[in-house]
Amino acid sequence: MDDGLKIELGKQGVFVTTLSELYNWGRRNSIWPMQFGLACCAIEMIATTMARYDLARFGAEVFRPSPRQADLMIISGTVTKKMAPQVVRLYNQMAEPRYVIAMGACAISGGPFKQGYNVLKGIDRYIPVDVHIPGCPPRPEALLHAFITLQKRIDAQHLTGEGRPRHLDAAAQGEFPVPVQGEHDLEPTSNPGVWPVPITIRS
Amino acid sequence: MLEKDFHSGMVTSPYFSLAVLFVVALGFGLTPLALAWLWARVFSPAKPNTVKNAIYECGLESRGDAWIQFRSAYYLYAIIFLIFDVEAVFLLPFAVAFTGLGSAACVSMLVFVLMLIEGLAWAWAKGVLTWA
Repeated sequence: MDDGLKIELGKQGVFVTTLSELYNWGRRNSIWPMQFGLACCAIEMIATTMARYDLARFGAEVFRPSPRQADLMIISGTVTKKMAPQVVRLYNQMAEPRYVIAMGACAISGGPFKQGYNVLKGIDRYIPVDVHIPGCPPRPEALLHAFITLQKRIDAQHLTGEGRPRHLDAAAQGEFPVPVQGEHDLEPTSNPGVWPVPITIRS
Repeated sequence: MLEKDFHSGMVTSPYFSLAVLFVVALGFGLTPLALAWLWARVFSPAKPNTVKNAIYECGLESRGDAWIQFRSAYYLYAIIFLIFDVEAVFLLPFAVAFTGLGSAACVSMLVFVLMLIEGLAWAWAKGVLTWA
């Protein structure tokens, strides 16, 4: 429906919507994050939920202590290789539709600890990440921006066809393999379905 | 019976309004549940997997089964709780209304207290009250 016509009708007191818009309106305004912090970024995440930054404005103040009730996983901090299997397992246990925000340099790429033998070089090696926020740590405003970005992404989804939410797509992957501790590294070192291993080109 | 008589008889029954209320209350409770169920079926189909169906969700691997047997030794605590806590709840109103009670009430209360005293004696003999 034409947006101009919709606004014109709204002025006359007639409100028109589509099922998909209504559905997405409900989805984007009730993203419940999982109560789950990994490192120093978690402190900024906590600050975001408090009165000064007030995450409740976006309908996301209800941090659920169980993945079964959560929609959003905020990877707030360094993911060590010891913690990565737990993170992936929790992600698998979340109900669809589920989203991931990788918060901070560590969650994106390993950050300042990238050279560490025990640090995962980015959680997107194992699970699909919707929004990355850089920063060390990102300020609460950056997390709010990530939230708004996620809401916009949800709003742009249609219920059918290409790019529909994953829970409405029967063929979409539901389970992501949980890595195990190998002798020297996590096995597998990444999930190729989520993160294609970059090819080093030497010339 | 004529239909008219039957009809008026049903409406004048003192329980008719209750029955209507019951049906409305049932519908009030069940309709949202049914709508939620329908909505979930259409717009949020389940996507189960083995990890998601695990019995416990703390991030660590779940072990064993959710159906486990508890030690029956906890019945001792249940008995002690009955004697010292639940009894007090009954003793207090009993003491307040003591002067106005008939003999039947006194006897039944006595039986109740004696049963609990028996439990106390039994627990005492079992050595539950001895610790440290």
